[in-house]
Amino acid sequence: MQRRRFLQGTGLLAAGQILPISLVELAFAEAGQNFAFAYISDSHIQHIKGSQFVRNWDRGLIRAVAETNLLSPKPDFIVFGGDLAQLGSKEELDHGAEMLSALKGKVHHVMGEHDYYLDLGEYWSRLFGPHYYSFDHKGVHFVVLNSILTDDDWIYRRWPTPQQRMAEMAGLDNPNGSPFMVGEKQRQWLKDDLAKLDRTTPLVVFSHSPLQKIYKGWNFWTEDAEEVQNLLKDFRKVTVLYGHVHQIQYNRIGAISFNSVMATAWPWPYPTAYAQAGEVHLPKLTVPMNRADPFFERDATGWQFIDMASGNVDLHYTLYENRSRVVRFNPQTGQPEDSVYQTESARMAPQNHY
Amino acid sequence: MNATKSSTLAVMLLAATGAFADEFTAADEQRWMQEFMTVQQEGRKLWTSPELGTNGVACAQCHPNAANTHPETYPKFQKQLGKVVALWEMVNWCLRNPLQGKPLAADDPKMTALLSYATYERRGVKLEPGKH
Repeated sequence: MQRRRFLQGTGLLAAGQILPISLVELAFAEAGQNFAFAYISDSHIQHIKGSQFVRNWDRGLIRAVAETNLLSPKPDFIVFGGDLAQLGSKEELDHGAEMLSALKGKVHHVMGEHDYYLDLGEYWSRLFGPHYYSFDHKGVHFVVLNSILTDDDWIYRRWPTPQQRMAEMAGLDNPNGSPFMVGEKQRQWLKDDLAKLDRTTPLVVFSHSPLQKIYKGWNFWTEDAEEVQNLLKDFRKVTVLYGHVHQIQYNRIGAISFNSVMATAWPWPYPTAYAQAGEVHLPKLTVPMNRADPFFERDATGWQFIDMASGNVDLHYTLYENRSRVVRFNPQTGQPEDSVYQTESARMAPQNHY
Repeated sequence: MNATKSSTLAVMLLAATGAFADEFTAADEQRWMQEFMTVQQEGRKLWTSPELGTNGVACAQCHPNAANTHPETYPKFQKQLGKVVALWEMVNWCLRNPLQGKPLAADDPKMTALLSYATYERRGVKLEPGKH
């Protein structure tokens, strides 16, 4: 066993505030093989006009980038989990890419619906590359899926303009939206991609939408989630990391661990907080994050780093107005668990959502 | 005289039992509900509109289906404002800050519409004024 230390400095840009510096220890099973990577997601950079962008969302991304650069030792790479833009425009993607260019390290990008539905990912692709792909790093196989596709009728025939198509999909609670899906073509690609691998290879899948069905009304949902899960289930160590939901969720389905990541832009309520929601399948292992305090504009937003100590994922959430949280894979129970707030008796009063 | 008085009284008593009282008709109720639904639907349009503030941000961006506005807990003490406030004052806080816009008068029809929508989405939840 070897222990190394991650120095996590925060608040570089928040002049006048107290700078919370905390040490986070990461235990590594075997030195040399192990590594950490950082994950930033859902920045929703929003163009107003000319050179004006919504300041609040800009600050979220700038802060996450600055803090990620302060990680020591440096993460091996950075993932951006999608929804860099709010309405998919060239201005928004360019402005977002410019802020991300300050990151020291290789960035792997995931497609979000807010990046996609204006021009179907064309400009995004020119900046960041293919919509789905895989790569290997230190013995772990990483897969990036574009999980926010939907049926062709909705994409190509329903809306008179690309702008309206984008606006309709951008509203989380808009009944004119359409369920996300990975689609048959990409599932076939995934099957072929995984066929080369030994089932003992640790596997990590990045998607924007959860590859599970949580709440259809807000598209916390992937229509062909079960089909995708079927392709993953035979791997011994498999983790799905997703953005989109702007809140902490984690659970396990069969052998697959699921973890969500935070947004840098704004938090979302849990679907169970919507009185008319009807059927909600909020992952039952999840210890909810605190309700956001609107008076602190970065509250309930954040970013995270992830260490692959044992081939499973330990996820360290950096939360701005709250204590940071760690969701670790527990080898005894075989599922991800909050390291502090897992049990009912350990929770704090403001964690009630109503 | 006495006979007339007592017969008038009898008629009034009879009316008070409800047999001849003016009930709200189904048409009345339908119309009133229609009026309300029109206003709350107008509220939904404003809630999702990028035009309400000045920066394109809509209420629904953070509050899909007006969730986490918990109208049933107002009026309540809002420590950041230092006093007990009604929901319309919090709506104005949001208009000024995340939406970078102008506050609305308490009786502005747009404010009534926004409150109607947020409250309608929360229907069925018991009132708990002051709750945090």
